Amino acid sequence: MTALADLGIAFGRVAFVMLFVLNLGGLLGWVERKQSAIMQDRIGANRASILGFRVLGLFHPIADAIKLLTKEDFRPARADRFLFGLAPFVSVFFGLVAFASIPFGDTLRVAGREIPLQAVTLNVGVLYVFAMLSLGVYGVMMAGWSSANNYALLGGQRAAALMISAEIAIGASIIGVVMIYGSLDLQEIVRAQGELLWGWLPAWGIVTQLPAFVIFLTAGIAATKRVPFDTPEGESEIIGYFVEYSGMKAGMFMMADFLETVVIAGLTTSLFLGGWQVPYLTAEGFRFPWGWAWALPHLAVALLQVGAFVVKVCAMIFFMMLVRWTLPRFRYDQAMRLGWLGLFPLSILNIVVTGLVLLLWKP
Amino acid sequence: MASVAFVLIAALAVGSALGLVLKRNAIHGALFLVVNLASVAALYLMLGAEFLAAAQVIVYAGAIMVLFVFAIMVLIPGKEETGPDPRRPWRLVAVPVGALLGVQLLVVVRALRGGAPAGAQPVPGSVEALARLLFTQYLFPFELTSVLLLAAMVGVLLLARRRT
Repeated sequence: MTALADLGIAFGRVAFVMLFVLNLGGLLGWVERKQSAIMQDRIGANRASILGFRVLGLFHPIADAIKLLTKEDFRPARADRFLFGLAPFVSVFFGLVAFASIPFGDTLRVAGREIPLQAVTLNVGVLYVFAMLSLGVYGVMMAGWSSANNYALLGGQRAAALMISAEIAIGASIIGVVMIYGSLDLQEIVRAQGELLWGWLPAWGIVTQLPAFVIFLTAGIAATKRVPFDTPEGESEIIGYFVEYSGMKAGMFMMADFLETVVIAGLTTSLFLGGWQVPYLTAEGFRFPWGWAWALPHLAVALLQVGAFVVKVCAMIFFMMLVRWTLPRFRYDQAMRLGWLGLFPLSILNIVVTGLVLLLWKP
Repeated sequence: MASVAFVLIAALAVGSALGLVLKRNAIHGALFLVVNLASVAALYLMLGAEFLAAAQVIVYAGAIMVLFVFAIMVLIPGKEETGPDPRRPWRLVAVPVGALLGVQLLVVVRALRGGAPAGAQPVPGSVEALARLLFTQYLFPFELTSVLLLAAMVGVLLLARRRT
């Protein structure tokens, strides 16, 4: 019985993360349309209707999926058959699994069990997400190469170059956070962010590591290959690595970009925005610095924390979409120069300064 | 359960290594090497060395091999453009080198037949334990490696310098 319950709990943890990432990723197509419409003073997608109901155009993702699934699955005659078919799956796979070690809540205690609210507990959780993100670029490179199309190849090469320059900056900016909170386990990092500085300021990463936050977010947006770093796609110049793809396979590449957006938002939330932490919410309930206290049952606290995590991730995604619809695209060499000569040296400087501060102020 | 997983991962590692050697297409070979590196990382993970596994995937599969595939994409032409290998006789060198490696492998396997040596202690795979060893007992080789990498970096900077 207990073995069965354990299995069910493990399954539930994985299913929650999987469905959260998949559904949020699927919804982003709608968010992108509606948000851009609002920003540009348009109405946006609202035509898809079921029996006259339109509900803010929310049926459009379903219509999109039906359209993509029923389109012709075209393959160029000279394409590498196996890699051409495999590439979109590789892209989506690594986008999906990357979220696994991001905690969406504190340990939940139900009926004498302790359930860690993350799909996988790893003591190198940050590195795991980072590794999965870096493997995702193989899908894009395989697509670019196997299409037997020079524009696709250019797109694949740009993606590889962009990914490496973004990854270096992401990795180097994370080191500052790891130095402050003293762990590579994302759950530990989030727990450490629950402390209060000077008795009132939550010690979130955005407070203690503001430069790293800016560097990480910039490089993270670059890693999602979306505007302003969409040089691998380059809609108006080379059309990009998926130029030969049609139907659901092209949809999967779009999906992979959205999934990576969700993952970057989740990682940013965990590292810099306190993860599931709610300000002044302890395990027993709210405790405000000015002396008020409000005791809450364990389940309510857990629900509040999971809710806070979801809200923070959605807010981060909203911000990334704002950037996407505000900035024009960087030229390829500008994106490279920003990565190698801007973000990378800055993140190294951040590590040095963080090290000095820790050495001087902390015993 | 664990032995089933080990057999599967080991088969994947050996199969992808064979694929790397046997495939004529350089891109396919490089991608097989990625699979091989990832499955070796999975073996590390099964041994509890989580940090080593993550580092293996990030550094080898995620960074070095991306550069390899990138370089092959740019430099190696399609199969219809490659002629016969001009250095074909050199392939004979593979026979003695392979034999030497095989003998070494045999010696190692025979030495470890009875399990780990008596003095060996399992080192915890945590980052703290690894860092402690790296910065105390193995500090000299560690620093030597970083000097080597620094030298390579300076060399790259010199070669890639923008000529004005």
